[in-house]
Amino acid sequence: MALLQIAEPGMSTEPHRHRLAAGIDLGTTNSLVATVRNGIAVCLADEEGRAMLPSVVHYKADGTVEVGRGAMAAQAVDPRNTIVSVKRFMGRGLKDVTHVESSPYDFVDAPGMVRLRTVQGIKSPVEVSAEILKVLRARAEAALGGELTGVVITVPAYFDDAQRQATKDAATLAGLNVLRLLNEPTAAAVAYGLDNASEGIYAVYDLGGGTFDLSILKLSRGVFEVLSTNGDAALGGDDFDHRLFCWILDQSHIEPPSSEDARRLQMKAREVKELLTGSDEAPIRVSLASGEEVNLAVSRRQFEDMTAHLVKKTLAPMRKALRDAGLAPEDVKGVVMVGGATRMPQIQRSVAEFFGQEPLTNLDPDKVVALGAAIQANVLAGNRKDEDDWLLLDVIPLSLGLETMGGLTEKIIPRNSTLPIARAQEFTTFKDGQTAMAFHVVQGERELVSDCRSLARFELRGIPPMVAGAARIRVTFQVDADGLLSVSAREMSSGVEASVLVKPSYGLTDDEIAGMLREGVDHAGDDMLARALREQQVEADRLMEATEYALAQDGDLLDESERTAIDQAFAALREACDGTDHRRIKQCIDALARATDEFAARRMDRSVRSALTGHKLDEIEL
Amino acid sequence: MSIDLQQDFFALFGLPRRFELDEGALETAFHDLQGEVHPDRYAHFPDADKRRAMQWATRVNEGFRTLRKPLGRAMYLLELAGIDPALETNTAMSPEFLMEQMEWREAVDEARTAGEVEELEHLHQRLRQHGREMLATLHEAFDERQDLEAAAETVRRLMFLEKLQHQIDDALEALES
Repeated sequence: MALLQIAEPGMSTEPHRHRLAAGIDLGTTNSLVATVRNGIAVCLADEEGRAMLPSVVHYKADGTVEVGRGAMAAQAVDPRNTIVSVKRFMGRGLKDVTHVESSPYDFVDAPGMVRLRTVQGIKSPVEVSAEILKVLRARAEAALGGELTGVVITVPAYFDDAQRQATKDAATLAGLNVLRLLNEPTAAAVAYGLDNASEGIYAVYDLGGGTFDLSILKLSRGVFEVLSTNGDAALGGDDFDHRLFCWILDQSHIEPPSSEDARRLQMKAREVKELLTGSDEAPIRVSLASGEEVNLAVSRRQFEDMTAHLVKKTLAPMRKALRDAGLAPEDVKGVVMVGGATRMPQIQRSVAEFFGQEPLTNLDPDKVVALGAAIQANVLAGNRKDEDDWLLLDVIPLSLGLETMGGLTEKIIPRNSTLPIARAQEFTTFKDGQTAMAFHVVQGERELVSDCRSLARFELRGIPPMVAGAARIRVTFQVDADGLLSVSAREMSSGVEASVLVKPSYGLTDDEIAGMLREGVDHAGDDMLARALREQQVEADRLMEATEYALAQDGDLLDESERTAIDQAFAALREACDGTDHRRIKQCIDALARATDEFAARRMDRSVRSALTGHKLDEIEL
Repeated sequence: MSIDLQQDFFALFGLPRRFELDEGALETAFHDLQGEVHPDRYAHFPDADKRRAMQWATRVNEGFRTLRKPLGRAMYLLELAGIDPALETNTAMSPEFLMEQMEWREAVDEARTAGEVEELEHLHQRLRQHGREMLATLHEAFDERQDLEAAAETVRRLMFLEKLQHQIDDALEALES
């Protein structure tokens, strides 16, 4: 006897419960959270009605943490413990960080990713980002009136694996379930494309606070296909501020300022840059702690001259992206502008000139990424409606490879490959009796390993001793839909399997994250057990809901004994969920997952077949 | 009939196994398949479903990447027939082609050394045109004469052209940065 309630034929069995989902734009300068309400994407505001949360985190001496506008105010008085633009440090080593000399922070050079020494101890950029995410999470949960099922977090398209992993780790630390990491230009295209129902080739020019992305997309029949992407993960509006800051120092003949005065001048520089978008000249008046007074004026013309090389730096990625897509500027039907920095008139002019058309700016460039992320989050969480039948096909921005003899890179996965993608390559031993082999995984376009980003090193052990050249070691790279890489290696010829899975090494280890989570939980006076139980219950709900749906749709694919086995595992899980033993729930989840594994495979086959024939399910012979 | 991850890419997309291919039909089949199997469709499903979706979407992407471009498609057809065009040596190729290869290479090297962006782009164009002409030969060899030897030789020529085009791309990129 079936233990499940099966819906009547024709009745929708798609779970009707609306799942709470949000899109998060974790920006260099500002962060936003958005959600879909009554079918419309909206940015969620704080109590004072402001949607933008400055991406600033202030670690106070009293042990509390302040994020946003309040923290911003602390910049000038407590610069060392007030972290701005932390996104620039995500997944980055100290040697990759620009403007170290004028940064007020106490950097700690840690393996893989730089850390910051604050009054509250040494902080990883992942932890700092998690503080921002926690505030956005709280904002969303307050506005939506419940716990978030999942979020989509945007990342610059040109982010490498280290930076993506760091972002995902930050979300984990903030207690968020990441449905997908979505590339910022793609998110913007979703927000635009769905509004305008456009078809054709589009370019997205995304100049944020600290990153520059250029993506070329093809829109057709509800498919957003990214053809190529390029950019500069260390170029953004901040650099324009910095240029102006240097100019002020130069013009006013100030001695190297204290970190406090430097912060004041940097804040002034940003203010002046924004002023110059609307006016031809701006005054620069600052009273410094040193007692000096700065009293200057700058014209837009001067500002444009001093930043011309930065604008020019965005041209090469545009050309490269077009070339990779096999297109010319005139093939592009529309250019979407994203990021507050694109408000600068010299940027708009240079983009218009390059593409021979005025760029599209009808959506707020500060909000468009968050809105697109919210739209996608809503669909990924399972709130898809018939009209939401679009698909995003994104690419990997930078090639992935392995180090070979002589410090050279062998590319395994070329840049701009559509995700997800897997590629395997075979290697062999070069010494008789060799039982281990070392691998070095890198990302980048350059030929020399030392010019690429090192992602991971690992060793395959337990290779049976053979003569040189006899072993066949197959290394497989798999990049998932988030753009995250896993690598496995296996010796094929002997039948002996040795396999490793690599999580790149620059970021945080799972243990480190677990430790930080524990710390955070202890701090909040929460209970680890309660959290574990809650997590398993959520997972159990998800699995039961999906199973019910699958049985109602495709139950005919099962014979009686298979059906009974699934029903029993289902009943056991439901019973376990009434209890409070999270381990028992986990066991029952695993049991139900095992029991439905073959069923899932058959269902996938059926979907594939129906896609090919375009026929209704019942017309297909099994 | 059972559809599984092992079937060949033409069958995967429901297309006839031949060199000339309706690119629109390939793209439509690609989008339709991804519409069913893409991990985004399974983001709120249990991990086992997500894994399976990733495997399928990976396979579908690989198939599209293999078939969408004529050279990749030709190489794949040879692979299905058990022929590895890369294994043949250049000595099996006609002297005219070897001469031509040298001339092309010299022209590219000269333009690169002199930093002549326009000349490089011009060479790129000519190579593309040349490549297009060879596709007609391939179509005839594969679809009309079933002459796999001739197809393999043309594929080797195209592989050379492609390599040269990549070198031009790299040179252009180096000159720009």
